[in-house]
Amino acid sequence: MTPRRTSIVAAACLVVSLTASILLLHDIDAIRPRATTEDVLYISSPKILKRASLGFGGLMACIYWTRAVQYFGHRHFLHSHTYHQLAPLLEITAALDPHLIPAYEFGASFLAPAPPDGAGEPVRAVELMKYGIQHNPDNWRLYYDLGFVYYTELKDYKRAGAVFDLGSRVPNAHPFLKILAAQMAEHASEYTTARMLWTATYESTGESYIRKNALEHLRAIRVDEDVTNLEAAVARFEQANGRVPANLWELAAAEHLTGFAVDPDGEPYDLTFDGRIQVASPDNFPFITKGLPPGYKPGRPKFHTPG
Amino acid sequence: MSARILYIASNTFREAVRDRVLYNLIAFALLLSGAAIFVGQISIEIERLVVVNLGLTAVSLFGIVIAIFIGIGLVSKEIEKRTLYTVLSRPVRRWEFIVGKFFGLAGTLVVNTFFMAIGVFAALLYVAHKFSKPDAFILVALYFIVLEFLIICSLALLFSSFSTPLLSAVFAFSLFVIGSFADDLRAFAALAPGVARWFATAAAYLVPNFSSLNVISAVAHQQPVGLQLILQNTLYALFYTAMALSGAVLIFERRNLK
Amino acid sequence: MTLVTAGGVTAPFSLLIIILGHTSSPLLDTMAAIEILGLEKTYMVGFWRKRPKRALLPLHLSVEEGEIFGFLGPNGAGKTTTLKMLMGLVFPTAGSARILGQEWTNPEVKARIGFLPEQPYFYDYLTARELLDYYGQLSGVPAKDRKRRIEEVLDQVGLTDSKGIQLRKFSKGMLQRAGIAQAILHNPKLIFFDEPMSGLDPLGRREVRDLIEQLKLQGKTVFFSTHILSDAEALCDRVAIIHKGELRGTGAIEELTSSVQGKVEVVWQGPQIPASMKALSAECHVSGETVRAVIAESQQDAAIDALRRERRRLISVTPLRTSLEQYFVEKLQHSETTAGTIA
Repeated sequence: MTPRRTSIVAAACLVVSLTASILLLHDIDAIRPRATTEDVLYISSPKILKRASLGFGGLMACIYWTRAVQYFGHRHFLHSHTYHQLAPLLEITAALDPHLIPAYEFGASFLAPAPPDGAGEPVRAVELMKYGIQHNPDNWRLYYDLGFVYYTELKDYKRAGAVFDLGSRVPNAHPFLKILAAQMAEHASEYTTARMLWTATYESTGESYIRKNALEHLRAIRVDEDVTNLEAAVARFEQANGRVPANLWELAAAEHLTGFAVDPDGEPYDLTFDGRIQVASPDNFPFITKGLPPGYKPGRPKFHTPG
Repeated sequence: MSARILYIASNTFREAVRDRVLYNLIAFALLLSGAAIFVGQISIEIERLVVVNLGLTAVSLFGIVIAIFIGIGLVSKEIEKRTLYTVLSRPVRRWEFIVGKFFGLAGTLVVNTFFMAIGVFAALLYVAHKFSKPDAFILVALYFIVLEFLIICSLALLFSSFSTPLLSAVFAFSLFVIGSFADDLRAFAALAPGVARWFATAAAYLVPNFSSLNVISAVAHQQPVGLQLILQNTLYALFYTAMALSGAVLIFERRNLK
Repeated sequence: MTLVTAGGVTAPFSLLIIILGHTSSPLLDTMAAIEILGLEKTYMVGFWRKRPKRALLPLHLSVEEGEIFGFLGPNGAGKTTTLKMLMGLVFPTAGSARILGQEWTNPEVKARIGFLPEQPYFYDYLTARELLDYYGQLSGVPAKDRKRRIEEVLDQVGLTDSKGIQLRKFSKGMLQRAGIAQAILHNPKLIFFDEPMSGLDPLGRREVRDLIEQLKLQGKTVFFSTHILSDAEALCDRVAIIHKGELRGTGAIEELTSSVQGKVEVVWQGPQIPASMKALSAECHVSGETVRAVIAESQQDAAIDALRRERRRLISVTPLRTSLEQYFVEKLQHSETTAGTIA
């Protein structure tokens, strides 16, 4: 073969092998149990990992952070109920680089809440936050995150208030921390406080998936509020007229309203024959606690972290 | 044609042996036996874990180092020392030279790994006193390590065909490190926005995927390795190696030798 | 051939002419061992803006089978570039060549040629025998012949005693001999040497010279490049002179140096120069006790008589031939003045 012919054959071989290896890689990704990174974390001790990183802790932290996000997102998409590795992954990330702030935010939003929306480990989330605050005492957001967990998941208003108060003293802290501290002390209505918290989260974070999460919570609060108010109205009607209203128009008329309530998507609520209020499409509101049809099982979530 | 490739390969093997490459086996044996003996006081579970993890990691790392250090000089040294002149003035095609060198180096590593495998199993027998069925998967892990070697050899050869030894070593080593984190690179690519996403994805697929070839931890925990994975990994390694070698041939065919 | 058909009368004459033609022009039935057809090489040099550097201008040359051909030129003239192109180590910018009747890029040709590069370096971890065995394998020498051939060649170059020693322990002269051994191992018809005598002591050079002559006696063609003219003079049938990438002249040694200028050199014991000698020659040089004078051949007898009359002791009378060196220098100088346009 002349040099020219060899070159042509070699070039063809190169292109074919390149394509084949890329396609194979795709397949391999599908086969490999994601278990390798997730369910069987062989080195779960952050201390050992830190030493093993040989000074490249920062880089390893980024890698573990990416893995944590991937892990949660993937499982959440599959509507999993267990996220055993999330806490270790986040703890390792924090141990490798205590200044990786997004890890703490992620922990607050997704480590604390109960499954399927979170790992259901509020205590570990609190530990993580405390660790973060210890290493980043001037970051007001971490205080906010910790207070958030105390309030939302642990219902510990006293501690939440104390943390918000501490956080409000940090230079350049967002003003709402002071307000939140006061709110805790007053035990203002649940919905209002919750709305404040989620609005604060929505406005202050830079991470898109945390924003989305906060938005869904705000929508859910709105729905819960609406359903509560509507069901109270139905109760009043029942008391006044001895029966359940036939439809929402009747209810609206009785309440002297010109229109009737629609959910945040613009769909009218349903009034069942036994006087209950339901949302038209429960799948669109992942966090609602009221207005769910009886025996409702959530389907695939329409959104999943990350973006 | 094939005979010449064989001759070049065996000469490359002979060169490696005379370069005292195989003496690394002594260091390996010392390391492994030391570990096996010192860990001997702890419970059997950990012992086994340590021996398999340490043994296989050492096989992998020793081999990668050998592959890179010999591989980077395979072509560039011959050009530098002009030993290539009297070879190419014979009816040897340039591509035969590249392929022969590859097989010589790969062969050296296979032989090296073979002896190391004996060492690992010997150490395992020493600490666990018997073999259990899942231990067979250690062979799979070793096989995957050999596939890793094939890829690294072909890459080192590729760089050697156009670059200086120092740069080739840097490139090859970098690709090894990045390739070990190939999974994470792909995950990162999925998260990246806009243009960066395309670059990251392209890089993630071009980089040799060593993460899927590394089943050391799984095997240490006596987890099985699926047949399909073995098949796909084999094909992947063969194609990737072919790609790198084709690149080396392409470059070398048109190169003016100084 | 056309003579044959000229007619019956001229037939016997034509036969004679044909026969004579055959014996006097060997070119008719031998093919050229090497035909270089316009090979040229231009390098682009420089780091940022590359400029062309012409290492070899289009070269046209042919070498006949069975001859020893010398490729002469000062260092950097383009000799090694030419050889590398013929070996396929460097790719020409233009032009082609035929070696033993085939395209120079044809790998099969390489089985019938041998090459000794300048200051060769071999795999130093091999012994001489192993090296030759390896090269023999690559050249396609069958296994059953290899062993015998290796012993033969080692004997021919005088390395039989060192065959088991690793090449890293070889002296320069031994390396050169090993190089020649690998070049002739597979019994090639044509052998290329690049500066085969470089770095050798006089004994080594003598040995190499003898070897090359031996090769010619075996009917092989030898093409060697050198900048040492005395070697070329002693060995070559034909030479080509190259300078700054350009061919300056080719021809048979005899032709180039045979231009007897019709002069003789007379050396006598001086330091006096007899008046009669002064008349005969303008060029008289005194060095120590001897005087040299160059006179016309026709005046040779007159000069000898004059010296005898003056009772000067005659030391020698030698006819003058142009040396290759003179021809060489002349060619180079000539081109210096006419060149100038070459980049």
